[in-house]
Amino acid sequence: MTTLAPQAAPASTATMAQALNTALRDSLREDPTVHILGEDVGTLGGVFRITDGLAAEFGADRCLDTPLAEAGILGTAVGMAMYGLRPVVEMQFDAFAYPAFEQLVSHVARMRNRTAGRMPLPITIRIPYGGGIGGVEHHSDSSEAYYAHTPGLHVVTPGTVGDAYGLLRSAIASDDPVVFLEPKRLYWSKADWTPDAPVPALGKAVVRRPLTPGSGDTATLLTYGPSLPVCLEAAEAARAEGWDLSVVDLRSLVPFDDETVCAAVRATGRAVVVHESQGFAGVGAEIAARVSERCFHHLAAPVLRVTGFDIPYPPPMLERHHLPSVDRILDAVARLQWEQ
Amino acid sequence: MTVLDHPAAQTWPPDAHAPRRDPAPLLPDAEPVRVLGTKALAEADPELLRELYRRLVVGRRYNQQATTLTKQGSLAVYPSSTGQEACQIAAATALRATDWLFPSYRDTLAVVSRGVDPLEALTLLRGNAHSGYDPYEHRIAPLSTPLATQAPHAVGLAHAARLRGEDTVALALVGDGGTSEGDFHEALNFAGVLNAPVVFLVQNNGYAISVPLSKQSAAPTLAHKAVGYGIHGRLVDGNDAVAVHSVLSDAVAHARSGKGPVLVEAITYRLEAHTNADDAGRYRTPDEVAGWQQRDPLPLMERHLREAGVLGDAEVEQAAAEAEALADRMRAMFHVKPELDPLSLFTHVYAEPTPQLREQAAQLAAELAADAEAGAR
Ligand SMILES: Cc1ncc(C[n+]2csc(CCOP(=O)(O)OP(=O)(O)O)c2C)c(N)n1
Repeated sequence: MTTLAPQAAPASTATMAQALNTALRDSLREDPTVHILGEDVGTLGGVFRITDGLAAEFGADRCLDTPLAEAGILGTAVGMAMYGLRPVVEMQFDAFAYPAFEQLVSHVARMRNRTAGRMPLPITIRIPYGGGIGGVEHHSDSSEAYYAHTPGLHVVTPGTVGDAYGLLRSAIASDDPVVFLEPKRLYWSKADWTPDAPVPALGKAVVRRPLTPGSGDTATLLTYGPSLPVCLEAAEAARAEGWDLSVVDLRSLVPFDDETVCAAVRATGRAVVVHESQGFAGVGAEIAARVSERCFHHLAAPVLRVTGFDIPYPPPMLERHHLPSVDRILDAVARLQWEQ
Repeated sequence: MTVLDHPAAQTWPPDAHAPRRDPAPLLPDAEPVRVLGTKALAEADPELLRELYRRLVVGRRYNQQATTLTKQGSLAVYPSSTGQEACQIAAATALRATDWLFPSYRDTLAVVSRGVDPLEALTLLRGNAHSGYDPYEHRIAPLSTPLATQAPHAVGLAHAARLRGEDTVALALVGDGGTSEGDFHEALNFAGVLNAPVVFLVQNNGYAISVPLSKQSAAPTLAHKAVGYGIHGRLVDGNDAVAVHSVLSDAVAHARSGKGPVLVEAITYRLEAHTNADDAGRYRTPDEVAGWQQRDPLPLMERHLREAGVLGDAEVEQAAAEAEALADRMRAMFHVKPELDPLSLFTHVYAEPTPQLREQAAQLAAELAADAEAGAR
């Protein structure tokens, strides 16, 4: 996908927010059918500044401040996509995307199917999601399971600065609707960012931390988005226990990369799925089931899940008790060692 | 006769297919209603005027202190209503104790004006719980963050009260941006169809975060939105505390007497940024803000009441002292770190916790015990 290489000269280090901004800018420059719309995306540049400077550079029509109505925003995007545009919609926060749920599940997700392929909808729906930033009620939901459960939607979420750029480019280039979940607590995370790094295709997981050859391959952590750094930290901490953990960053929940995941799990025979959204009927349940179905004979222990509790997202002062922590992940890894 | 007691308002229920209501009496006045600076001020009860002034002063201090608390890290976030105090206090003073208030996240001052303890009103924004006060004790729904979603609740509650034979009125507070949401329109429509005793107060402060009203709505005024739903629209100067109190009181009386719902648009201005985390300099000019500072509800009221001989130095000093006392109390309250029980996470998810929640609570309890032991060692 070389055509998607970034055109803006990026800084040597960038935040995830800057990488997303650059991806939007490059897409707008390259393709005149790309249009951004959402609340406060124009003059303000979005409450997280992801669209900063885009209205100034491309005009208010290409980066449109809309009235405050999520169903209206997404429904309007449907009509725009029907007529040849490639809308990129910003939902201000996870829980404020719910008014648009009707448009999403009743139309966006199934228009291709309803029209026997005649009316595809290339819409990207960007949603800042997840907790850990001290946000008050309705600012910290992890809504991926609702979207992943809806056939017809791609669901992707970057865990690194580079992937934020690459996945967003691929999402905008996709001819299908993509729910693009931005882990808001990683917006300000920084990394070296090589502009010519290959752009990941949608649907490909990546082994973010490989096993160290000969060091005892203990377990595989399967995770995505906001939980990726926590898992990497847990893997580092696990060394002290003499454990070697590989970490798989799923990146794309739909489509799901069984191949990469199963290869990584077979290498260790043990797996822990980690995500911060509620565990019950969550994405982790699907992953655990898939791994069990495909890797049963390779597994030395059941697939475990470390997730948020099955409660409405707590107020900021208590959120640390809810979110998966390094300790909880290490406890799960310890439970997997039952036969040794 | 005001537009609110026009006879057309009382033809209910209408015939199928006949025009349901005469639109003319539903239309708001061409100009926002004002009392300060007009002859009507002389007719107002001086006691009421002094009371409104006192509440304005205390309300302003409350806003300032809450913003300071965010700077000190004692409040997670505060959406200030500085500049909008007249609307906030009228929301409280126009209601009876038996009425209900349905506030948005910017309406903590309205909540406090209705008698809720400042600490309880600010628990959501402080970050220790989702709602600090008991909704039934105060007849105030929890502060709603998803915009306009509380408006249909107000309609339903008002309808239920009417079904019970009570004369309760529900007041829903919505921002100008919130009027674009589907829930707002559905609420107005239900209110009209059910003839529910509900009042909607739109605090039009000019902006939804960065988006000015001109990009929000092409309606002649937001009050005009009422007409399409067959309900009464009223337009008031939101910086004139006496006018807001009077228009809102009339609207509440109208709804209470069974004449139907009312939508009041109060034209006001948010003098501070959207929240302490917002940079208002990105979307509005200092000149614009300075212009509105000239119409700040507080000095406006003080000047007119002094001119009318209703207010003197003694009252002004007394109000200032009361405001300072509130600020002191707030500082003292927030000085004390809240003690929160992590296990409370599981207590109110269901009436009876599910087996899964019991298991998770036990897991957390074990973790906490292990941490405590490690800490003691
Ligand atoms: C359904 C929903 N969408 C988006 C938001 C994010 N948001 C919070 S406040 C705000 C602007 C609200 O403007 P307005 O209704 O005019 O009220 P004001 O802030 O001016 O009091 C937005 C977009 C939200 N809280 N709820």
